Amino acid sequence: MFPIVEAEFIAPDVKRFVIEAPRIARKRRAGQFVIVRVHPHGERIPLTIADGDPRRGVITLIVQGIGKTTKLMNLLEAGESILDLVGPLGRASEVENFGTAVVIGGGVGAAIAYPTAKALREAGNHVISILGGRSRELVILEPEIRAISDEVLVTTDDGSYGRKGLVIDPLKEMIALGRPIDYVLAIGPVRMMQAVAETTRPHHIRTVVSLNSLMVDGTGMCGGCRIITNDGARFACVDGPEFDAHTVNFEILVQRNRAYADREAEELREFQEHTEEMANEVHHWCRLESACPEVGPRG
Amino acid sequence: MSLNKIPPKERTKIPRVHMPEQPAEFRRANFEEVNQGLTILGATTEAIRCLECAKPHCIDGCPVNVNIREFVRLVTEGDYLAAAAKIREDNVLPAITGRVCPQETQCEACCVLGKKHEPLGIGYLERFVADYEREHGVFGIPERAPLTGRKIAIVGSGPAGLSAAGDLVRKGHEVTVFEALHEIGGVLLYGIPQFRLPKEIVEHEVNVLRQMGVDFQTNVVIGKTVTIDELMTEEGYHAVLIATGAGLPKFLEVPGEHYNGVYSANEFLTRVNLMKAYDPSYDEPVFDCRGHDIAVVGGGNTAMDAVRTACRLGARTSYLIYRRSETEMPARLEEVKHAKEEGIQFLCLTNPVEFCGNDKGWLQAVRCIRMELGEPDASGRRSPIPIPGSEFDLPIQMAVIALGTGANPLVQSTTPDLQTNRKGYIAADAETLATSKRGVFAAGDIVTGSATVILAMAAGRKAAASIDQYLQTLSN
Repeated sequence: MFPIVEAEFIAPDVKRFVIEAPRIARKRRAGQFVIVRVHPHGERIPLTIADGDPRRGVITLIVQGIGKTTKLMNLLEAGESILDLVGPLGRASEVENFGTAVVIGGGVGAAIAYPTAKALREAGNHVISILGGRSRELVILEPEIRAISDEVLVTTDDGSYGRKGLVIDPLKEMIALGRPIDYVLAIGPVRMMQAVAETTRPHHIRTVVSLNSLMVDGTGMCGGCRIITNDGARFACVDGPEFDAHTVNFEILVQRNRAYADREAEELREFQEHTEEMANEVHHWCRLESACPEVGPRG
Repeated sequence: MSLNKIPPKERTKIPRVHMPEQPAEFRRANFEEVNQGLTILGATTEAIRCLECAKPHCIDGCPVNVNIREFVRLVTEGDYLAAAAKIREDNVLPAITGRVCPQETQCEACCVLGKKHEPLGIGYLERFVADYEREHGVFGIPERAPLTGRKIAIVGSGPAGLSAAGDLVRKGHEVTVFEALHEIGGVLLYGIPQFRLPKEIVEHEVNVLRQMGVDFQTNVVIGKTVTIDELMTEEGYHAVLIATGAGLPKFLEVPGEHYNGVYSANEFLTRVNLMKAYDPSYDEPVFDCRGHDIAVVGGGNTAMDAVRTACRLGARTSYLIYRRSETEMPARLEEVKHAKEEGIQFLCLTNPVEFCGNDKGWLQAVRCIRMELGEPDASGRRSPIPIPGSEFDLPIQMAVIALGTGANPLVQSTTPDLQTNRKGYIAADAETLATSKRGVFAAGDIVTGSATVILAMAAGRKAAASIDQYLQTLSN
C-alpha cells in the first residue's frame, strides 16, 4: 500500500498526487514511469513519474481522468492509499548537453516532459518550452516549467491563453526563422507527437517522443506495448518509453492504442452511471487497506 | 510395515482409477477445474495398487525425490494428513504439482506396475492428499530450525522461488521473496489457467509458506526498484537467489504481427489468468472471442492452455497451428486429449507466414504454409520443411503466439558482475547453482530456459541446499 500524502486538482480532471514510495523515489530518474492498480478488480495502467523527492520518500504523479481507472484514481484523496504501485520502470531519458533543446508538452504531456526538461537544463542546454492545451485551464505546470526554462511559449486551441493555435506552430516558425535547434522532446497526444516528428523530419533535428502504449506487467513480459519502429518491434516498457520519433510508426500506435476502445467506452459509461457506488467501493478499499495492511483484498 | 494384505499379484489386477472430470461439452464453456479429484474410495483403491517396491524407482523419477512409497502407504492406512506432511518434507507445493507435473514422464514412468499394467496414479494421489489437507484446514507444516540470523532474498515467486523459500525458512533463515507483479505465484498465477490450477490453490500454498515464516513483498522489480547489489550492501541480505523465470515472449517475426488481436501467450494468459479478464466484474480487457474464430500457434502446454482458454472465452472455432506433426508435440498427452475433447481443431504440419489485417488495424486472417517432416534436427525431432506453393489463408480474428519464452534481461543488465550465456540466461554452476557473483545463486528457467514447474522446484531446492552451505561458510 502506498499512502497518498497530497492530492489536488490542478486543472479540470487533472489531479496531482504526492505518494509515499521511498524505494521508487530513491531510484527514479527523469522519463521513467510506474504501473498503478487502484482497486482489487482493477487493471494495471502506466503513469509517467512527474517528480520525486528521495529525502521525503515521495513521488509525484499527474493524472488526467480519461478512462474508468484514471477517473477512479482521481477520486482518491490525501490519507488514502494506492493499492499497487510498481517502478520505476522503463529507461531514463537520455540527457546530455545537446545545445538548444525544445521541449513540447501537450496537455498533461507537460507533466511528463517537466522532469526531463529540468534535467536538460541542468545538463547545460538552452531550454525552450512550448506548452499547449485546448484552453487556458488545461495548460498545466506553467510556473514550474518557467522556472526551469530559458524561454516559454504557450498555445491554446481556442486562443483563451497564449497564442491561438497548436504547439507545433511556434516550432515551425523557429525552424522557418532558421533558429538552430539541436534536440526536440515532444510529449502529448499521439497525433501531436506525430505532427512534431513530421515537422522536424525534413530538417534532421533529433526528436524524441515518450510513448504510453497499452501495458500489462511493464517489465517486458507480455509484449502488449510493442511499438513498430524502422528497426522492428520494440517494447515501450523496457526499450522505451522514449523513442526516436523519426523511427516510430505512429499509425500502428494509434490503432494499437484503440484495441479496447469499445470496452473502455463501456466501462466509462458504467462509471458515469454508477459513480457514487464505485467511489464508495474504491474509498472502502483504499482506506481499509491503509488501516490494516496485513489483510490484502482478494478478488 | 505394510497393512496391505492383498498379495502383489492380486494388486496388479486392480485397474488404474480414472480421474473424474467435467464432461467436455460443459467444461469447454467454463473456467472450473477440468479434473475433479479422486474420492476417498478412489484414492484408497488406487493406493492399494502400489507394490511397495523395496527399491522404489518412482522416487528416483521424481525431480524432488518425494518419498512416494511412504506417502502412498499412509494413504492406504487412511492417514491422509500424515501423507500430506510426508510429501511436504520434499515438496512444498503438493496441491500444485499433483495437478501440473508431467507424472507420465517422471515418477509414473518409473513405476514397476507400468511395465505390464498401467502405472500407479501417483499424481492423482498426491493431489488427493494435498486437497484433503487443505479442505480439512490442518497443515503438516514442517518444523523450523532455530533462527540463524541470516537473511536471504529470493527474486521471483514462481515455483523455483517458492520451493527454495520453503527449504530455507525451515533451516531457520530469514527469507524474503520479491515479486514484480501484485500477487504471489509467478507463472502459477499468470500462466497456468484456472481450469488446470485454480488460483485459490496457489494462494493456499503461498499462505502455508507464509505461516512457515516466509516474508513476501509484491510490487518490487529487482533491477529497477532495487538492485541485487543494493540488497546485499544496503539491505543486509547475506545471499540472493535469482528465480525470475523465462519471461520474455517470443514472436514469430512474420509480417503483420502488430495487428490488434495478435497476442503473445504471456499477454493473453496474463490478462485472463492474473487479471481475470474472463470475469466481467474485473476491469481488465481482452479480445472478445465470442463468435470469432481464433488460432493459437505452438504445440506446448502453454499453447494448449491458450487455445483452451480462448475456447472458454466463447470462440466459435479454435485452431491450434503447429509446424510439426502431433507426434512431436511437446505438450502433455493429457492436455492434448483434453483439448481435442473440447473441440479444438488441430492444424499440424502448418506454419504461419503472415498475419493479414484490415485498414482499422484488426487481424482478419493468418496466411499459412503446409509443412512436411525432413531429417531429425538438433532436438532429435524430424525438422519441418515448408511445401512450396501450399500457402492458404485461414480467416481468424485473434491469434496467440505460444512459441516459448526467452530470458528477461532486467536483473542481469543491472548486475554488472553476473555472467550470462549466449542466449542471456544466467550462468550457474551445475552442482551448486552459484553464479559468477559471490553470494548470488540462480535457479529455474532463468538458468535452463523454459522447463516445467517441477524442474524449477527441483532447482530451487538444490539452490536452497547450496545457499545453506554457503551461509555456513560466512564468518559472522
